[in-house]
Amino acid sequence: MSILKQLEEESIYIIREVAGQFNNPCLLFSGGKDSITLLHLAQKAFAPATIPFPLVHIDTGHNFPETIELRDKLVAEHGLRLIVGSVQDDIDAGNVVEEKGRHASRNSLQTTTLLNTIEKHKFDACMGGARRDEEKARAKERVFSVRDDFGQWNEKLQRPELFDMLNGMIHNGENVRVFPISNWTELDVWHYIRQENLEIPSIYYAHEREVFKRDNQWMPVSDYVSVEETDERKLTSVRFRTVGDMSCTAAVLSKATELDNIINEIGGSNFSERGARMDDKRSEGAMEERKKVGYF
Amino acid sequence: MELIKIATAGSVDDGKSTLIGRLLYETGSLKTDQIEHIEEKSAARGFGYLDLSLATDGLLTEREQGITIDVSHIFFSTPKRRFIIADSPGHVEYTRNMVTGTSTAQASIILLDARKGVIEQTKRHFFITQLLGIKQIIFAVNKMDLVDYCKDVFDDIKTTLETLVKKHGQEGVSYHYTPVSALYNENVVSTSDKLDWYDGAPLLRLIESIPVEKNKANDGAFQIQYVIRPKREELHDYRGFAGNVRSGSFALGDPISIHPSGRKSIIKHIEKYGESVDQISSGENGTILLVDEIDASRGDSILNEQANVNRGKSLSATFCWMQDTPLTPGNKYWLQQGVQRSLVKVQSIRSKMDLEALENRQSNQLELNDIGKGVLALAQPITSKPYKENPALGAFILIDPNTFNTAGVGFIETA
Repeated sequence: MSILKQLEEESIYIIREVAGQFNNPCLLFSGGKDSITLLHLAQKAFAPATIPFPLVHIDTGHNFPETIELRDKLVAEHGLRLIVGSVQDDIDAGNVVEEKGRHASRNSLQTTTLLNTIEKHKFDACMGGARRDEEKARAKERVFSVRDDFGQWNEKLQRPELFDMLNGMIHNGENVRVFPISNWTELDVWHYIRQENLEIPSIYYAHEREVFKRDNQWMPVSDYVSVEETDERKLTSVRFRTVGDMSCTAAVLSKATELDNIINEIGGSNFSERGARMDDKRSEGAMEERKKVGYF
Repeated sequence: MELIKIATAGSVDDGKSTLIGRLLYETGSLKTDQIEHIEEKSAARGFGYLDLSLATDGLLTEREQGITIDVSHIFFSTPKRRFIIADSPGHVEYTRNMVTGTSTAQASIILLDARKGVIEQTKRHFFITQLLGIKQIIFAVNKMDLVDYCKDVFDDIKTTLETLVKKHGQEGVSYHYTPVSALYNENVVSTSDKLDWYDGAPLLRLIESIPVEKNKANDGAFQIQYVIRPKREELHDYRGFAGNVRSGSFALGDPISIHPSGRKSIIKHIEKYGESVDQISSGENGTILLVDEIDASRGDSILNEQANVNRGKSLSATFCWMQDTPLTPGNKYWLQQGVQRSLVKVQSIRSKMDLEALENRQSNQLELNDIGKGVLALAQPITSKPYKENPALGAFILIDPNTFNTAGVGFIETA
């Protein structure tokens, strides 16, 4: 069995366990390549039926428009159910306060909206496209990661996972984050996208865009970030390696307009994938701290 | 390309994280920003070398204490193979983590400190690999730099290990012995001049070449995870049993029986993700459709005629206990084997393993991190097989019915 085949089998087994063990699961869908891969796996898992759970998009309001277009297209094409949790609504309701200053981002505000959405819809399991190769704290993440009533992750309470046996038994009010593509690498996802001919948002491919330099990274110019007079700006060919909130996702200079070129670039890249995520760079252990309070 | 999962364990000071960091570094698996991060941190701590252990120690609490406290999954690859290292701590209080990390592995690296040789931890780790039936075991004697790369030191340790293997080793296991210095990259990725007396392959070449064994048991056992019933007019009668082949294989036209109902039928159709296939085998997912409208649901098994499995309501097993409240006769738990579940009651606990002497001692309960033997009574029969004959049907977890935590793991001996 090829590695991609092995990974696909493992992921589909996990997705079917979620549908079998939980009453009200959902799939967290950001519109990025990982969640598109996850959605495709879920569709395979339940063919010829449609997937037995809704997609949940936590919308920061700072999206790349290309991502939302594709999201809506996929939902319409496959007759999927989409639930949107809006960060803007939580800001308007005073549940969260927008960050200020030149590094302001809505990334961390997502957590409140996510937890509210889980509570509102009484989801007992939320599948996400996180991978263990992304970040050190993720390397210890379980496939079934139990969160308490407050959505908190506590490393000391994580259940041992033996063989392929997944224990999804929980108390009322608790929920489980599930990571079916834990064992995939960034390159596996790209190879799979090529193999399965999956459509991904166009911003993953090289395109002309105005960017500015901040902390040695090229950030997209948008309404959501404040660019200062002194910041170096230019119009150039870039692509994005991850699709996050526009205010904290840096671009990479690239001319790769085809999947093959992108795969070659990533295979030879000297920088890790999350190296372009400003949200991880805030402090040593930034990801771990966010996970503790209920981040994806 | 092939994927191999390797379990590592070792004590706090064996340099295990350094060894893994070294493998990552030398195979080009660390990116520039990660290396810069390690350089910065190493310098900040006043080290005159790269502290490669920083590449793996994931959690803040660990970084503060300088030790590893959980199972971490580390990825790297060479042109020949893809590796997933399940790295767990070696302390006695982390026996459960070691068992967990080793449960998905096909090979194990047992690390020793050349200055200390075989210690209790080595024996414990070795015993766990035997319990889990790991077929490829590498004893890596690290820190050879601190014993001047001395052949006699290595030979002494090797002799002690060979005695241990002779006394407690299972049949059909391959053992490898290799000296290394992870800190100075001697005999890790390439042969070492300082260890010129060693004629075996360097560690990386070894783990690239050891065989990955598959489950050879031919009991055809398919466990139902989910019943697919599309809510569409044209698929009104579609009833697909989606699940996983634990062992053996299933083909079109095969006569089968359902456990526990005992109803018999014939396979009409096999699908993989919506597409028809003729056969599915061990480890694969599939969707099985039967000629009759037989009732079966999640947790039931579809068995073929080659399935020679046990279905009794009692089984004896070796347990590894993973929670604070002990495993005591009379306690009730949920048992989960694959996706099958049953309530169970502990009938008796007979013994526990003294992991230093590697001998069974009489005991009537098992505490956190204990390994021992006992008997369970099942409320519903499950399909099972002794672990040594068919690991896919021979291991189970016990779930605490109050906390729902995974309380322990069991390896079936007889059912």
